[in-house]
Amino acid sequence: MKAPAFSYCRPENTGQVFDLIDLYGDDARLLAGGQSLMAALNMRLDAPAVLIDLNGVGELAGITHHNGRIRIGAMTRHADVADSPLVAQHLPLLALAAPQIAHPAIRNRGTFGGSIALADPAAEWPACCVALQADIVLASRSGERRVSAGAFFRGLYETARLSDEVLVAVEFAPARPDERAACQELAPRRGDYAWAGVAAQAAVEGLVLRDLRMAFFGVGACPLAAPHAIAVLEGRAVTPALIAEAQAALEQDLEPSGDPQCSAQLRMRYAGVVLARALDDLLHVRSAGR
Amino acid sequence: MSTVKNKTASPIGAALPRSNALRLLAGRGQYVDDIMLPRMLNAAVLRSPHAHARIAGINAAAARAAPGVACVLTGIDIAAMCEPYAGVLKHVPGMQSAPQLPLAVERACWQGEPVAIVAAATRAEAEDALALIEVDWEELPAVTDAETALDHGTPVIHPQLGSNLCFERVVASGDVPGAFAHADHFVEAEFTTARHTAVTLEPRSIIADFNTGDRRLTVWQSTQVPYMMQWILAHHFRLPENQVRVIAPDVGGGFGLKIHIYGDELAAVAAAITLGRPVKFVADRLESFVGDFHARGHRVRARMALSKSGDILGVEVDDRYGIGAYSGYPRGSANEGLQVSNLVCAGYRHGAYRAVTRAVFQNKAMYGQYRAVGHPVACLVSEGLMDLAAAKLGADPAEFRRRHYHGADAYPVKLPGGPVLERLSQHEALDRLLEIMDYRGLRAEQARLRGQGVYRGIGLASFVENSNPSAATYGQGGVSIASQDSCTLKLTSTGGVVAASSITECGQGGHAVIQQVVAAACGVSVERVKVILGDTDATPMGGGVWGSRGTGICGEAALQAGKALRANILAFVARLRDSEASLFDIRDGVVVDAASGAEVMTLESVARTAYFRTDQVPKDFQPELAVTRSFAQKTYSGAFTNGIQASWLEVDPETGFIRLLRHWVVDDCGTIINPLLVDEQIRGACVQGLGAALYEQCLYDEYGQLLNGSLMDYRVPMAGEMPDIVVGHTVTPTVTSELGAKGAGEAGTAGASAAVLNAVNDALQPFAVRISGIPITPGRLLHALGKI
Amino acid sequence: MKEQRAATELAITLTVNGERTTRRVGARRNLADFLREDLGLTGTHVGCEHGVCGACTVRVDGAIVRACLMLAVQCDGAEIVTIEGAVGDVIADLQREFHVRNALQCGFCTPAMLMTAADIVHANPRASREEIREHLSGNYCRCTGYQSIVDAVEAVCRSRTRS
Repeated sequence: MKAPAFSYCRPENTGQVFDLIDLYGDDARLLAGGQSLMAALNMRLDAPAVLIDLNGVGELAGITHHNGRIRIGAMTRHADVADSPLVAQHLPLLALAAPQIAHPAIRNRGTFGGSIALADPAAEWPACCVALQADIVLASRSGERRVSAGAFFRGLYETARLSDEVLVAVEFAPARPDERAACQELAPRRGDYAWAGVAAQAAVEGLVLRDLRMAFFGVGACPLAAPHAIAVLEGRAVTPALIAEAQAALEQDLEPSGDPQCSAQLRMRYAGVVLARALDDLLHVRSAGR
Repeated sequence: MSTVKNKTASPIGAALPRSNALRLLAGRGQYVDDIMLPRMLNAAVLRSPHAHARIAGINAAAARAAPGVACVLTGIDIAAMCEPYAGVLKHVPGMQSAPQLPLAVERACWQGEPVAIVAAATRAEAEDALALIEVDWEELPAVTDAETALDHGTPVIHPQLGSNLCFERVVASGDVPGAFAHADHFVEAEFTTARHTAVTLEPRSIIADFNTGDRRLTVWQSTQVPYMMQWILAHHFRLPENQVRVIAPDVGGGFGLKIHIYGDELAAVAAAITLGRPVKFVADRLESFVGDFHARGHRVRARMALSKSGDILGVEVDDRYGIGAYSGYPRGSANEGLQVSNLVCAGYRHGAYRAVTRAVFQNKAMYGQYRAVGHPVACLVSEGLMDLAAAKLGADPAEFRRRHYHGADAYPVKLPGGPVLERLSQHEALDRLLEIMDYRGLRAEQARLRGQGVYRGIGLASFVENSNPSAATYGQGGVSIASQDSCTLKLTSTGGVVAASSITECGQGGHAVIQQVVAAACGVSVERVKVILGDTDATPMGGGVWGSRGTGICGEAALQAGKALRANILAFVARLRDSEASLFDIRDGVVVDAASGAEVMTLESVARTAYFRTDQVPKDFQPELAVTRSFAQKTYSGAFTNGIQASWLEVDPETGFIRLLRHWVVDDCGTIINPLLVDEQIRGACVQGLGAALYEQCLYDEYGQLLNGSLMDYRVPMAGEMPDIVVGHTVTPTVTSELGAKGAGEAGTAGASAAVLNAVNDALQPFAVRISGIPITPGRLLHALGKI
Repeated sequence: MKEQRAATELAITLTVNGERTTRRVGARRNLADFLREDLGLTGTHVGCEHGVCGACTVRVDGAIVRACLMLAVQCDGAEIVTIEGAVGDVIADLQREFHVRNALQCGFCTPAMLMTAADIVHANPRASREEIREHLSGNYCRCTGYQSIVDAVEAVCRSRTRS
């Protein structure tokens, strides 16, 4: 399983990245963490002529808190997101999701931006971004633009990123003091891609959830925001009956596909289970910042 | 024997860390892929993408011209230089298989069958060249369902065979229809096991080098059986046997995978012979899934007739399993079925017995032996029936088993299929198990938690496991596989011992076993024994490791060799001292006065005298300080061991997930040479069975495409989901050898799946559902509960 | 700003096990193959080439990674530690505990298992058995069934937290 031949370049700044994209166009792939791309190349599922390595573009990595927003640079490693005090304090949802991603060695190389750009339907970060209504920052020679996460993920491995654009960062509003987060998933074994998962955040007042935002993963071509389920839950005291109603509403929100080892019906069932578990977490977990 | 075994500090039975593990810990092992030879080429293999297709033509011109490529061989090239083969055991009546060659010639018969091989400077370049080979495929219908493989209307894969039946065997004893006619109760179920693959972490690897100067073929191979390989390569490539050398360096896992003949490996040998240069072939992970031999994949309909008071009146078994398009070579694909038909309820008094097994050809990957061969299936069926019967009669599962075990005075017990149980310790093992697991305590906890809606289960699985096989397995079938093993010892000039032996090391501890037995037998410390394994040029002949035979058979050869060397040394010293050999002993490398322990001569002094000071040796005496002894187990078809396992687990009826809380094994492998080796073998083997119970399955679609052929999709057990495993022992030495050791390597796999299946059914008892197939995936469990 | 162009072969200079080394490598050569074949450091093993089995785990700039999913050319200027150069008390203690508990059989997973185990001893010596198992969950072993490995790692962790 040796990768097919390609050329390699390692730009030092985003300007050079744009130059290389201009030069090589669709023959090139952007190499971020490589945890997905290199596996695909080793399996010869892809055969680009050129790899543009983003690992040397220092300006793309790092987590900052600026103008009331948390900005996670695209080349920030999963492990660094997991260890970040800024994330722990302001983005508790990401702190909960991070340890569930694969295994330590993968988290040391895999990148936040790489995960968002790949948009694997069973990945945690895209769902977190949708749940938190994050802004995906895309840059090209003509400048930066922001696409809200909900609009960014369009289909199976399909995003709003244009071929001449680089995903440079994702920006989040920090969690409010009364908000709590939950990230629950069911996977065959620890670290496997989820059969179904949900990323959720809400303000919690007793048994009532307000401004509930959720995104499910593993149960559709993209992260799905579950508006029907949210409509059931928003602003109402959560009871077992309400949970059941929300689970039933998921039938209208989700579009799971089946595979030989997990049917669509089973994924739908699991979506209901992780929903209930996430709600349990939201109602009982300490809120952000406390 | 007593002089050896009664020594207080005898290496036999000592939990010594393995001396050959140190270099592995330092990353200084040498596996086949670590070997780099001058002018070595790397091979890649083109495999059929179709389960069944005619090869109308192959155009390799562009591949041959590709950068770095030294040669491309196709089936026609190899057919000219290789004898075809068929995996048929002559002593399995009616067994048939079509002839096979390393690379497909007219037809590819499974997705993954090798079709061409490229040897190039680098593996990457070889793979680049594969993409340039054009094959003109004409797809043919694929046979992919074992249940319908024999139906009229299903294509016959090899028309000359007349059917897709590889073999059928019936074992019958007593009046089974009568037993069921008179039964007060009967229980029945259809048990299924998925197809499995071994997934050794080190994939199959080979380097073949053909020296055109002396026409010698040297092969480094990740193999469990160098001598078998030597014979095969000599025979099939028409070379004199003594011109073929096979070396097994460090082997990264075997489990039975690496005892078969693979076309891609033979093709690499052919390339080396053709080019007169070393050619290395390492199967990568993706090709391993379609290229390795698979196993299991049985459907067994079984039933048990019972009297009102709970006597077992009869057992009936119908086993069907689908193999590949050819029976595996050279061992055949029959052993799984043979063992299933031999061993259902083997440990119990079960009245009349009838078992039918059928192996049918399919257009799927090749099939053969994998750890515990057939035993896990037999155990799944036996122990499933026992639980069903116990439940029907309202009996406790443990007591129901105890009641039906063969009595202590029943041995030897001849099974209807022919094998003989020498002596088992089933009652004792059950007692030990119930004690170490606190069976009553767990039952109480189970009941308490059920009240809280937490569903835990206890599953028992009593098993027998063959070991130390005789020629009955292969030799009598006409296959050139040794059922004996040997050990050659020599005393070195500084009083050390070098032991060259015919088994191999693939992690199970063969090296340590030989080292410890020889040290004990010779009277030297373990550190003074050097062991040489895995080289047909440097070791005496023998069968290698498979069938849990290494310790029991080769250990005995080592013991006898050690005793013989000791006797020769003492005879020599007695002659030098003009005394009797019986007055001397060897302790810790020194010849001593047996009574007082006073030093007489060091072994170094003995060696120096024999080798350098022949002037001091009496003229009429020649000391022989090198000896070889061999051993074969000839009393039974195999020395059966026994054991019992228990699984304690929790089922989540909402998600279908199963959490393995703890596992116990009590195993009887006779004399234990090194408890560390045995216990860890048992744990590792168990986990393979746990993987089978919960995760592992080779999934095919109706076109014969393997759907989950990657490590992401074929799920092997990882650390996060596995339980701690408590191991205990009972000890019933076999009397077929002085050492008394039986095999332990497969016992864990034999019973683990059954224990889990029974535990799951026990946990689900409040729901009145039963599952009888593995893997017990969450989906399968929820489906049984009617939730999806 | 100099114009960048992609190349099929590059010169890299990196420090491997404390030794500075310069080589020309093909762009597609992965780090595992580079270490094994170009530098002869065969202690790092290749088990799957898709990042799942963990047998290729090495340390790059202080972090454990899958060498099969990195390119050698990405390691220009990097500091790599493989099992052959893994020194220090933690690794030595782990090797000793593995040895006395027979926490390796065929040894193919062992170098990577040690690298991963050292990671948790350093990062979280108070790890519970459960946490140790979770941390090791990305390293496949077919031989041992994992328990003896967990025992060995636990023993080393405890030796570091005994006060």
